[in-house]
Parts: sequence; C-alpha cells; structure tokens
Amino acid sequence: MNFGPHAAFIITAYVAAIAVVAGLIAWIVLDRRHLSRILDDFEAQGISRRSTRTDGDKW
Amino acid sequence: MSLIDLANPSRFLALTARALPWLAAATVLAFAIGISQVYLAPDDYQQGATVKIMFIHVPAAWLGIFAWIVMSVAALGTLVWRHPLADVAAKAAAPIGAAFTLMCLVTGSLWGRPMWGTYWVWDARLTSVLVLFLMYLGVIALWRTIDDPAQAARTAAILTLVGAINIPIIKFSVDWWNTLHQPASVFRLGGSTIHPAILVPLIVMAVAFTLLFLTLHLAAMRNEIMRRRVRTLMMLQAGARMGP
Repeated sequence: MNFGPHAAFIITAYVAAIAVVAGLIAWIVLDRRHLSRILDDFEAQGISRRSTRTDGDKW
Repeated sequence: MSLIDLANPSRFLALTARALPWLAAATVLAFAIGISQVYLAPDDYQQGATVKIMFIHVPAAWLGIFAWIVMSVAALGTLVWRHPLADVAAKAAAPIGAAFTLMCLVTGSLWGRPMWGTYWVWDARLTSVLVLFLMYLGVIALWRTIDDPAQAARTAAILTLVGAINIPIIKFSVDWWNTLHQPASVFRLGGSTIHPAILVPLIVMAVAFTLLFLTLHLAAMRNEIMRRRVRTLMMLQAGARMGP
C-alpha cells in the first residue's frame, strides 16, 4: 500500500493509537491481576466479606 | 431483571462476567471489518492518503466526548441517588476517556502537520479538546487525592458536571468561532458531506471504538469494585487488629 509523501505521519498516528489502546488493556489486565492476588491473600487468611460483613458493607 | 438488580455490585459482577467475552469478541470483529474497510477506502481528492488518519482521529474524538457524557450521567447518579455503582462507573470511565482524548490530540496533530503546515494552533476546537484532556487529568487526580471513595465521588461528580459545559463548546466551537479545524461534516443539518466510500469505514470504525470503550469500561468497573472490596477487607482487618 502506498501512503504517498505523508506516510510517516499516517504510520505514526496508527502506531500511537495502537500504543494507547495497548496501554489501556495492559493497565486493566495488570490491575485485575494485582487486585485478585490481594483478595486471594485475604481469602487464604480466612478473611472474607461474608465472614466479616456488616450492614454498611455494600461491596 | 430490573435496573435496580443490575445496580447491585455482586449482580453486576456476575452479569458482566458473562457479557465481557462476547463484547470483547464483538470488538475484535468490528475492528477486523473496520480496518479492512479502511485499507480499501480511496484516498481523498484533496488530502490524499492522510485521510486514513481520520478513521482513528474522529472516533477517538467522539469517544473522548462520550466518556465525559457517561461520567456526567454517573455524576447525577452519585449526587441524586447516591448509588455507589454510579461512583464506580464515573471513576472507571475517567482514565479511558483521557486515553481516547489523548489519542484524538496526538492523531490530530499528526494529521494537521501535513495538511495545515503545523502540529498545533490555539484555535477554539483544538483548545477546547485540550481543556477536556486537562479536565480528565484533574478528575483522575481528585479521585487519587481523597481517601474516602464516597467523598471523592461527590467532589468528582461536581467537577464533572461543571466540566460538562465544555462538551457543547467542543461541538459548536467550529461554528461559533473562525477555526483552522474543519466544520462538522458527519453529524450536521442537511446530512453528511463525506462520500459514502469514506463515510462507511468511518462509521464502522466508530462502532468498533464504541464497543472497545464499553468493553474496557465494564472491565475497569469490575476492577474498581474489587478495589473497594480490598479496601473494605483492609479496614476490617485493621479494625480486628486494634481490637474492640
């Protein structure tokens, strides 16, 4: 495919867009792993929302 | 299932666990169709191949604005109904909206340089979008500054609703002021001015970007609910250590 004299601008724009989307996906996946690990640690310690739940706990 | 059932965090997690794989698959499919259409789309008679930047720049701009509208609706949920899932929706949307707005600014600059001869001008459209990006950063900083999620949500909700004033300014900036940026060419009275050979790939890419936003937003909302569960457990653990 020939992008003409402005190929560098077009390619850079698409690379930037891919980088932003990849960054968002990586942030969400890594954040989920981190939070899952912490919740698993609590579970292993026998601390869970069910065992400690109060009326004010919505989560 | 009523809306109030969906607003229960546990029910929300169960429902989104089932919906997310389908939504992600639909996003990938939409992008596959969109990118193949972009590849086949003809060059513009004036702009040449640089028109290909439009297929990512315009959807990114729409999503940057859409995310703020989502946050504004969620802000009403926070302030009027005080529902914690509205707080979660608003907080999760902010970084995603910021990312799409950044994408809009970067791709716009890269499109502007060959077409206008400059990466940046302080015209009304570009400046109002930059203000939107800075407001996203402000809301994200606010969420991080206040420890109590409920208090942070109320403060961020007020800032979000005040910032919503910028949305019509962005939309109508090209009509209200003389700008280097082109006027509206898709959503305008009298119909689109874009040829269908370019308009159809643009619409498909906009659908793909919207599906991507929904997928990322739901996933980020799930993370935020988990973060609040971690916070609750940490507080309970700290309370247990301190004793009665």
